[in-house]
Amino acid sequence: MATPSLPPADTSPEGPRPQAPDNKKLQLMTGRDRLVLAFMVGIPAIFVLGFVWVPALISVVLSFTRWNGIGPVSDIQWIGFQNYTDLVTIYPQFLPAVSNNLLWLAVFFFIATPLGIFMATLLDREVRGTAFFQSALYLPVVLSLALIGFIWQLIYSRDQGLLNAMLGLDGTARIDFLGDADINIYFVLIAASWRHVGYIMLLYLAGLKGIDPALREAASMDGAGEVRTFFSVIFPAMKPINVVVLVITVIESLRAFDIVWVINKGTNGLEILSALVVSNVIGEASRVGFGSAIATILLIISLVFIVIYMISIYREDSPK
Amino acid sequence: MSTTAEVDSTAPTPTTPSDYDDLRTSKRRKMTPTRVLLYAFLTAMSLLWLFPVVWALYNSFRDYDFTSENGYVSFGGFTMDNYTNAWSQGNFTQLFLNSAIIVVPAVFFTLVFSTLAAFVLSRFSFWFNLPMLILFTAANLLPQQSLLIPLFRFFREVGLLDSYLSVILVHIAFQTGFCTFVLSNFMKALPHSLTEAALVDGASVWRQYWQIILPLCRPSLAALTVLQVTWIYNDFFWAVAFLNSGDKFPITSGLQNLRGQFFTDYNLLSAGSILVAVPTIVVFFALQKQFVSGLTLGADKG
Repeated sequence: MATPSLPPADTSPEGPRPQAPDNKKLQLMTGRDRLVLAFMVGIPAIFVLGFVWVPALISVVLSFTRWNGIGPVSDIQWIGFQNYTDLVTIYPQFLPAVSNNLLWLAVFFFIATPLGIFMATLLDREVRGTAFFQSALYLPVVLSLALIGFIWQLIYSRDQGLLNAMLGLDGTARIDFLGDADINIYFVLIAASWRHVGYIMLLYLAGLKGIDPALREAASMDGAGEVRTFFSVIFPAMKPINVVVLVITVIESLRAFDIVWVINKGTNGLEILSALVVSNVIGEASRVGFGSAIATILLIISLVFIVIYMISIYREDSPK
Repeated sequence: MSTTAEVDSTAPTPTTPSDYDDLRTSKRRKMTPTRVLLYAFLTAMSLLWLFPVVWALYNSFRDYDFTSENGYVSFGGFTMDNYTNAWSQGNFTQLFLNSAIIVVPAVFFTLVFSTLAAFVLSRFSFWFNLPMLILFTAANLLPQQSLLIPLFRFFREVGLLDSYLSVILVHIAFQTGFCTFVLSNFMKALPHSLTEAALVDGASVWRQYWQIILPLCRPSLAALTVLQVTWIYNDFFWAVAFLNSGDKFPITSGLQNLRGQFFTDYNLLSAGSILVAVPTIVVFFALQKQFVSGLTLGADKG
């Protein structure tokens, strides 16, 4: 994308324009202009508040209630923290889901994200054919996670999968990579990481392109090796991108849903929080309060990282 | 990529990763053992990354009876039948149409809303600009599942459950946050003299938006369109959550139709998967630049 060419700034023949501060500018506006502005920002805001923030708040409120979600709102019973204690004590899927989400986060954070960053630094080294290498790594990023779930079944399937064929296993010796509750989460994570690595690589590479080459040169003049240069010069200079990458890693780990849902709807070893929320609402047993408690836990963990991100991107914009 | 320059004018001029650059710089590079290792590693990684898609593509052209007799690690049994069967069994004509019915209005209104909101939030100094931008940006990052229960109940109450509109509305709300964030960064970087001149000439706020700011946003809008089309097309969750009749599913969620309850023909599923991937693969090849810049636009601010 080219930088847009701006038309010449001074087009009015009336001479120098007053450098109107913003409050003067507002005074220059007619009542109609104000109304237009109110609509311009108001309608989108109603959408974002009404379909995102209000439902999020209602989820939190509902998590303290018991309700089947079918009856009228007057059926709602307040039960305090009962749903939360029930989650831990009498809902056997909850703890596996938490541990799977943590595992998801750990694999993304310690393996997939660093691998993406590593690939970006390699591709930033004036590599010939970089377009090919980049494209290969980022191909999975354009695919949906649901589709990735299907594509990897061709590799993992017990009877028709490639992996069993390559391992030379036959009959009962075949491994049910996605059906065996002890191991399936790891294989799902390989498929999910396949996409995540490309995503992180793209973001990081874009950031690396913006690093002043003089920084690197200065470091190498000082005799720093490549690894040292990266960790003591490049990585700190990439702080804004690092925050983005951290937030994306966490959020994607918490939002993971599609890939697990297409495999077995988040059961049998693949329990994750997002899938539990959905099964509690859409499944036969409609347990709204219970599902909301899980949703609230997801929400609160996400918000911690969203707040970090918001502070990092908007700190400089705060009013003087 | 080059959008860094648009969003943040203080950043050093980025180098475009074009083939031209590669040619120019590679002449200066000697093939040291380290570089040989680098190329070997990059090639291995690339092939490994391409493999799952290539494998699906390969098997999508093979006959089920042939592969069940000779195993999947074999050569031969080529046929186009999986594609025709997947298309008819999966009701793909309808499902692709459903995707279009959802994606086109969702992307259109997302961009309309976010250009409007971004214009106000970036070109004027109201007290609510910063809180509003934070609410918009953060909205896009919330886990969708934590909004599900109230939205589900709301749509059932107003009779929109199992309608395209429910899915479209939620997409608009969710994506407007991200696009407003990106566009407001872009609009903020446009010189203020542009609209001040118009203001003195008595141009209305609407004309400033429509005739001055919006035309300058074209490159960003192109990138965002490509990105949003891909994202909304790829959505699985909202459709599964709000639609329950299979003939309303968009293609990404409807691919499940090809999976039998007890038995799955993986060659058929491969062909179906490839068909579903085609639009995004087109984006991948033809509009790579827009997609990548759309994706990185959001990450540039900081």
